[in-house]
Amino acid sequence: MAELEVEIVAADHFVWSGAAKMVKARTSDGEIGILPGHSPLLAIMAEGELAIQPVSGDRISVAVDGGFFSVDNNRVVIVADNAQLGEAATAGIR
Amino acid sequence: MGAQIRVYRQKISSTTSMRKIFKAMELIATSRIGKARARVAASLPYANAITRAVSAVATQSEIDHPLTTEPEQIRRAAVLVITSDRGLAGSYSASVLKQAEGLTELLHAEGKEVKAYLIGRKAQAYFDFRSRPYARVWTGGTDAPEFETAQEVGTALLEDFATSFEEGGVDEIHVVYTRFKSMVTQEPLVIRLLPLEVVEQEAGSESELLPLYEFEPETEQVLDALLPRYIESRIFAAMLQAAASELAARQRAMKSAGDNATDLIKKYTRLRNTARQAEITQELSEIVAGADALAS
Repeated sequence: MAELEVEIVAADHFVWSGAAKMVKARTSDGEIGILPGHSPLLAIMAEGELAIQPVSGDRISVAVDGGFFSVDNNRVVIVADNAQLGEAATAGIR
Repeated sequence: MGAQIRVYRQKISSTTSMRKIFKAMELIATSRIGKARARVAASLPYANAITRAVSAVATQSEIDHPLTTEPEQIRRAAVLVITSDRGLAGSYSASVLKQAEGLTELLHAEGKEVKAYLIGRKAQAYFDFRSRPYARVWTGGTDAPEFETAQEVGTALLEDFATSFEEGGVDEIHVVYTRFKSMVTQEPLVIRLLPLEVVEQEAGSESELLPLYEFEPETEQVLDALLPRYIESRIFAAMLQAAASELAARQRAMKSAGDNATDLIKKYTRLRNTARQAEITQELSEIVAGADALAS
């Protein structure tokens, strides 16, 4: 199965990148889950938690203040105004 | 005669202590440049992602957004001048201010009013001394800019941009800053921030083409949310570049000041030695003359 290539960037620093099976985010309309093969999308994020299920390791949660993310060709770029990695996040950093 | 030696000694010791200060400032600037450049590099992923997103939205939709449409008549322009808080950086602030001055003249010639926004105490001092009005000023931390400051600047500029001319708003926004090209060259630069010039990209190779995005919630709202962020990120990038340039300029200025101090110390040491030798020679000849007078 294909993987998602996830990249999280904040305004002044790089936060996280890695391969993932699923990304769950909150948009201004509601929650959205992204699996590999998702159609290209550009959405505005609401304040809240992002959940990423990496290919290996535990689920990562990231608290964001808002921002947006884009999906194309299994590549997810999350641009957050302010991102804070939650617990168990360090395991997925490569 | 002894007085002259003393004067030279004082000059040598004061120049030596000044040289110590110059050296210390040079070293501090050198160590901070690396950090400043790293921050420029760290802000790149965000800037790239946001630029890509903005161009994706802009190329796909017929945009009619206040931030991208050129007003029919530009009557007042905002000029954001990014300088440093502290001096001792050679001509760094002066060349930015000169560039800003040129831009102001140009805008006046086009019949536009100019509203100035300043970053850095040097710009504030420049405007205060000439008792020129400015809309707002942000000082502190120009050598290590915070994203919050960039957000504040962005918000203030966008607010004025949204206000109509009659109520004191502006129709376009320019930024004057110093671009960090390399350690030895930094050039003052003017960019027009708003209205945005959405560059339609030529359809190049297949991989370069942006995919057809879906927008959530709506194209309009996405653009509403994206553009202020884009502006903030551009301002932040300019501030980071300016900070790196400031440090590089300071390092160079302090290096040449230190070198000049070394030259001066050398010169004064020679003069002191000459004076001391002259004193000794004179004393000797006086003694010899005295002995001769006694012997005869």
